[in-house]
Amino acid sequence: MLKLNSKIPSGELSQKWTNHKSTLKLVSPNNRSKIEIIVIGTGLSGGSTCASLAELGYKVKVFCYQDSPRRAHSVAAQGGINASKNYKGDNDSVYQLFYDTIKGGDYRSREANVYRLAEISSNIIDQCVAQGVPFARDYAGYLENRSFGGTKVSRTFYAKGQTGQQLLLGCYSAMSRQIGKGRIKMYNRHEMLDLVVIEGAARGIIARNLISGEIERHTAHAVIIASGGYGNVFFLSTNAMGANASAIWKVHKKGGFFANPCYTQIHPTCIPVHGNYQSKLTLMSESLRNDGRIWVPKKIEDAISIRNGTKSPEDLLEEEKDYYLERRYPSFGNLVPRDVASRAAKERCDKGLGIENNEEKEGVFLDFSYSIKQYGIEKANELGIKNPTFVEIKKLGESVMESKYGNLFHMYEKITNKNPYKNPMKIYPAVHYTMGGLWVDYNLMSSIKGCYVIGEANFSDHGANRLGASALMQGLADGYFILPYTIADYLSQYVVHKKNISTKHIEFDNSEKNVKDRIKRFLHNNGDFSVDFFHKELGKIMWKYVGMSRNHKGLSESIERIQELRDEFWKNIYVPGKKNDGFNSELEKAERVADFLELGELIAMDALNRKESCGSHFREEYQTKEGEALRDDIHYKYISVWEYQKEKLLSEEIMHKENLSFNFVKLQSRSYK
Amino acid sequence: MKKGLLNFTLKIWRQKNNKEKGKFKTYRINNISPDSSFLEMLDVLNNKILYSKKEYPISFDHDCREGICGMCSLYINGRAHGPDNLVTTCQLHMRRFHDEETIYIEPWRAKPFPVIKDLVVDRSSFDRIIISGGFISVNTFGKTVDGNMIPIPKEDADKAFDAATCIGCGACVAVCKNRSAMLFVSAKVSQFSFLPQGQIERKNRVLNMVKKMDEEGFGSCTNTKSCEIECPKGISTEYISLLNKEYIFSLT
Ligand SMILES: Cc1cc2nc3c(=O)[nH]c(=O)nc-3n(C[C@H](O)[C@H](O)[C@H](O)COP(=O)(O)OP(=O)(O)OC[C@H]3O[C@@H](n4cnc5c(N)ncnc54)[C@H](O)[C@@H]3O)c2cc1C
Ligand code: SF4
Ligand code: FES
Repeated sequence: MLKLNSKIPSGELSQKWTNHKSTLKLVSPNNRSKIEIIVIGTGLSGGSTCASLAELGYKVKVFCYQDSPRRAHSVAAQGGINASKNYKGDNDSVYQLFYDTIKGGDYRSREANVYRLAEISSNIIDQCVAQGVPFARDYAGYLENRSFGGTKVSRTFYAKGQTGQQLLLGCYSAMSRQIGKGRIKMYNRHEMLDLVVIEGAARGIIARNLISGEIERHTAHAVIIASGGYGNVFFLSTNAMGANASAIWKVHKKGGFFANPCYTQIHPTCIPVHGNYQSKLTLMSESLRNDGRIWVPKKIEDAISIRNGTKSPEDLLEEEKDYYLERRYPSFGNLVPRDVASRAAKERCDKGLGIENNEEKEGVFLDFSYSIKQYGIEKANELGIKNPTFVEIKKLGESVMESKYGNLFHMYEKITNKNPYKNPMKIYPAVHYTMGGLWVDYNLMSSIKGCYVIGEANFSDHGANRLGASALMQGLADGYFILPYTIADYLSQYVVHKKNISTKHIEFDNSEKNVKDRIKRFLHNNGDFSVDFFHKELGKIMWKYVGMSRNHKGLSESIERIQELRDEFWKNIYVPGKKNDGFNSELEKAERVADFLELGELIAMDALNRKESCGSHFREEYQTKEGEALRDDIHYKYISVWEYQKEKLLSEEIMHKENLSFNFVKLQSRSYK
Repeated sequence: MKKGLLNFTLKIWRQKNNKEKGKFKTYRINNISPDSSFLEMLDVLNNKILYSKKEYPISFDHDCREGICGMCSLYINGRAHGPDNLVTTCQLHMRRFHDEETIYIEPWRAKPFPVIKDLVVDRSSFDRIIISGGFISVNTFGKTVDGNMIPIPKEDADKAFDAATCIGCGACVAVCKNRSAMLFVSAKVSQFSFLPQGQIERKNRVLNMVKKMDEEGFGSCTNTKSCEIECPKGISTEYISLLNKEYIFSLT
């Protein structure tokens, strides 16, 4: 227990960060150039931190598995980034953003962290504008906003459906500028395979050069993990195919505590699964829920006819449609948070009302016809068209939709071969984001000295559920504005007096040996099944028992089944290639899946421990009469923090509790009715 | 309603590494769903190759499979990213091909993009062009002015945005007979020259980026406009004219 010190500053909520900053120690500029920092990942969190640290004068080495930092998975974020600017005059404020985020996270996050995030949010937008990020603008030239699930204000800044890409390119160019100055050294197509811990502090990594296959040793005074989330444990997800948990998992096994692993966000608006060859799921931005109404037929017969193609959605009369979100949650309607919207879709499909003709009969409609009509009429008025025809209205409305969501509609059509301007979209929930991750204190340091964790890789700020547009905000807040201050505190006290570490240190030998042994084991195994086979099997177990809803029996069973699958994996895996082959995608995948097979078990263990429902974690045993999540603040108002036991089975991990206290908001049961 | 499953003959470029010569190899693949993506079709083939244990699966680049990261490449039947316009290979679906079609699959071919293995090439020359000046030199300490203090006419913001959508995939280079990177460079240069923030370094930016582009061995543009046709993000060659103007203006 003594190891869990969250270092949350005392004092008034709104003063905590300011006061804390004034107590942090500094590193003088002439010392900074002697300090080396390793960063794993070039997404929004890693990229922004690289740029800031290099600008401060530190020497930065940064690693990513893609061929260019610009391809980090943050690039895929579609919807937007939150900031409490109150540009729309809807009474938004730092407190309001803080409050929405705490409530959205179902009171399972730290007040102080979330407040800091809300405080910093508006800086982020200014910074990105200055970098030339082309946010959407209105005709007067000012920044545009839209609104996202779980809030009643418009605070989401966006760049069409490519917000992540544009923000990432901003970071990437800031990084590139520092690479040009020689302050950042970029290692692309490199994967971190172990963390080197010397005398209790992170002092380097072992990485594999994915082109040459060489195993490399790199030293540093501090290591920052910004490697993203672990949603790919579920095989099918909206994450990039290469996204992995290897970096955080290796840190965990070296003593980094893992917090709240079971909190996995299921996003309600993805394109439904359509075949067993499928490799990933595609997200349709949540922003579509601003203009789309979600429904399924009221009658099972209609659902069946729609599934087998004898009826089309247009054939149904208005009163034959069930706008179930508007019905159940009149005040938020289609804009309820993701966990609520996802579960509601599952509930309808479980009742047999799903409309997609896939194996599981899962899918609901996201219908834009209402907005198209509405926008068409407005536009006709604006243009002074008197008595417009139905066709004219539709056309005008469609062009408004096109300017708002054009690329998303295009993408949907490419994938499904259906035109979403004409037919309602079909959507279904899918694994999207992981709120859990490595435990960090208020300074973003993990339980290993000198190992910091930022962005989706850490657990902080989102609690049991993440609201839309808040991950980008957190990644950039961590990278640009928090870590550069807090890391100096450590570096000044600890590192400056220490000698440089040599790669000849015995800990480097040990780590490298472990990494090489594991690779050898893969290549020599010559079993009968591919990596993908095991990954898919794992995914099926996870989705079925550890997915949108969970219960005691299923979770216990999943743990057994994951253990069996893992044994089978090590016995029967086949990875082609020889030691010195270099580029070997099968080996890369094997490394990742081996880690997923362990992390999957921890996720299930955590879900089994938490005998309550909160946010994305829904235990069937704990629900209200209306089927809403039933939280238990008396027994579970804590962060579950798992400690790996060296040389022992995963099931023997020890769980610590970091109790949460709420002094500035009153705990309430979350209602979106 | 579903169309039947499809069968193909694939001629795929196999090349062990940058040193050794490559060649086409023929594969048969059957029962492919028209709804599967091109890369999913290659996954199925790779699985088959893997289980045969006779050779290594085919290496190809990909990551997001959502058409946004720019990692996937592939020259398919003589076209960068295949037969569709405005899509990346990961967003190309097999319903675009006929049953029993023979499909040729090659890597991007351009000197500044050396082959790493099979269909994987090294596009880091693009990064080096950006490093030479594709940014606004603002510090990252957040002490900038309020975002709304720099109003930008919507039209300019939209144009900057359209240019900014380039995903750095390299299709424009791959398809160009001169191996010119003008479309890529022009997109970045244009994004910043439409924005007030980009004005201060405007001249140096374009001079440095063009110089670097030449050093990396990219050819010059002779206006064949094939880049525009193959660009998955629809970046217009108008930006190339703009780049030329910016360049000339910067020399004076
Ligand atoms: C489809 C989609 C849409 C989204 N839309 C939104 C949105 O609209 N708004 C919002 O706020 N959030 C959104 N999110 C969530 C958000 O994009 C992510 O949470 C966030 O971008 C994560 O950033 P990151 O910097 O933590 O990691 P990432 O961007 O995932 O970057 C991870 C980096 O780590 C590197 N890496 C990983 N493992 C290793 C290793 N072992 N060795 C070396 N390098 C490694 C990778 O190469 C990469 O550079 C979306 C997510 C998805 C999947
Ligand atoms: S200009 Fe188009 S084709 Fe060229 S790199 Fe950018 S997105 Fe790809
Ligand atoms: S894999 Fe990302 S664009 Fe194709």
